[in-house]
Amino acid sequence: MGSRLDACHADAAMCGIVGIYAKSDACERHLGAHAAAMLVEMADRGPDSAGVAIYRDPAPEGHSKLCLQSADSAGWDDAVTAIDTGIGVVEARRVGERHALVETPVGAEEARDWVERELPDVAIDSAGRIIEIYKDAISPAEFVSRFSLAEMSGTHALGHTRMATESRVTPAGSHPFSTGLDLCLVHNGSLSNHNRLRDELRREGIGFRTRNDSEVAAAYLTWRLRQGATLEGALEGCLEDLDGFYTFAVGTAEGFAVLRDPISCKPAVMAECDDWVAIASEYRALATLPGAADAEVWEPEPGVVYSWGTVAVA
Amino acid sequence: MSGAAPDSTAAPSRALDLSQLSVRELNAALHEAEDGRWEVLDPVGKHAIAAGLDAELEVEIAGNVGYYCAGMNKRATVRVKGNCGVGVAENIMSGKVAIEGDASQAAGASGHGGLLVIEGNAAARCGISLKGADIVVRGSIGHMSAFMAQRGRIVVCGDAGAALGDSIYEARIYVRGEVAGLGADCVAKEMRPEHLEELAELLAEAGIEDAQPSEFSRYGSARRLYNFNVDDAGEY
Repeated sequence: MGSRLDACHADAAMCGIVGIYAKSDACERHLGAHAAAMLVEMADRGPDSAGVAIYRDPAPEGHSKLCLQSADSAGWDDAVTAIDTGIGVVEARRVGERHALVETPVGAEEARDWVERELPDVAIDSAGRIIEIYKDAISPAEFVSRFSLAEMSGTHALGHTRMATESRVTPAGSHPFSTGLDLCLVHNGSLSNHNRLRDELRREGIGFRTRNDSEVAAAYLTWRLRQGATLEGALEGCLEDLDGFYTFAVGTAEGFAVLRDPISCKPAVMAECDDWVAIASEYRALATLPGAADAEVWEPEPGVVYSWGTVAVA
Repeated sequence: MSGAAPDSTAAPSRALDLSQLSVRELNAALHEAEDGRWEVLDPVGKHAIAAGLDAELEVEIAGNVGYYCAGMNKRATVRVKGNCGVGVAENIMSGKVAIEGDASQAAGASGHGGLLVIEGNAAARCGISLKGADIVVRGSIGHMSAFMAQRGRIVVCGDAGAALGDSIYEARIYVRGEVAGLGADCVAKEMRPEHLEELAELLAEAGIEDAQPSEFSRYGSARRLYNFNVDDAGEY
């Protein structure tokens, strides 16, 4: 698409959101399979790109995990060697052609800052002790198979299927967006005031990789959290400062939170049973989960923050 | 359902299983039918189930459905034994659609005739642009309900969300509980005998016996937006 449209408002206008938080060991074991089934069910809502944030296998205290993405698949060995020389690498695993998961023996902030500074061509999709974000501009079914999502275990996961309307279909424009260490955002909707807000956040020192409105929402949360807001406080700030349509799901190390804008044009359905709590854009994604038929199902109220797990963010 | 027929002379229902059929095949079968009782199995939130019916069928759906269930319904009676996604009975023309659970936003949107009964709650924009259908909700309804509603009646046994009846025309709204706020040009109106009478009829038709017409308040158009007031020209 042309640059004029790129600069234009609105993204994620259709899109699908899924999220699951395990309440039992059995659900944790099969978390990836559950997330995969939900994601594929939401393919009609977003065939252009897909992504997940999965929370699993915490790195030891003081260590960190980075999910990296590079357009240049041939350069991975050099990149890992460079990281090893710079801050050390405990383990590095290629995931598909363009992605890699790297565990470093330093804290996530230090690791992230080092890669950002020294390897500007490598995109950091996520940084933290627990989070792993994988995303690409491929269909949900292709995504699930390329990243072997169904084989992953974890405590909770958020996923997104993207139907891009006005900004580019690129891996960088895909969701989830990192909003800080072990934090991420998925978005269904469109924001009208993202250009002005992006400029304001740039002045606050927040960096951007795309012209995407959802990235601005993620950056806004990052900024509020850095200022010391609680996650709930940061989300409530969205009600004041973001102009547009949104259903947000935010992942943290301990759980996830959901917020719909006060007009609530964008759908969301939640369900809970003994084994899990889940959110999806449509019920049919929840229906893929075991026990869905007997789960408590409800639609989140407009402008109300819902959260699971301990979502307080330090 | 077969075996549980209220009328022993009624024919047993035919089951259509959505784990075996596509929604298109299901709807094609229902469109070809001229009468009879039908059961839809395994709906698992699929969209447009039993949309566009135009015959005196009785259709029962065994579970939760997705968007636009029973949309454009004519003459048929459709019962959903679960929750509904967006736009259930959208543009209903006649017949009856009953939901045993909750309905998402825009339930009964732009309905021209017939009756939609929601046993649970309805979300935002219930009865938006209503054009003559009746909607009875046992629970509460969300914000912006009855926006620009032109004809028909909306009965709410619970509460109504913000901006009820914004820019309403001649539809009538009855609410038993609290109204979070009225939209532009929507006002509370006197309950006259004919209103108590029509409310009693609507509650009876919806099978609601534990609510008395006298407990409800009526809302409708103040008719101040019908004509342009030249003194307001500066507002535009």
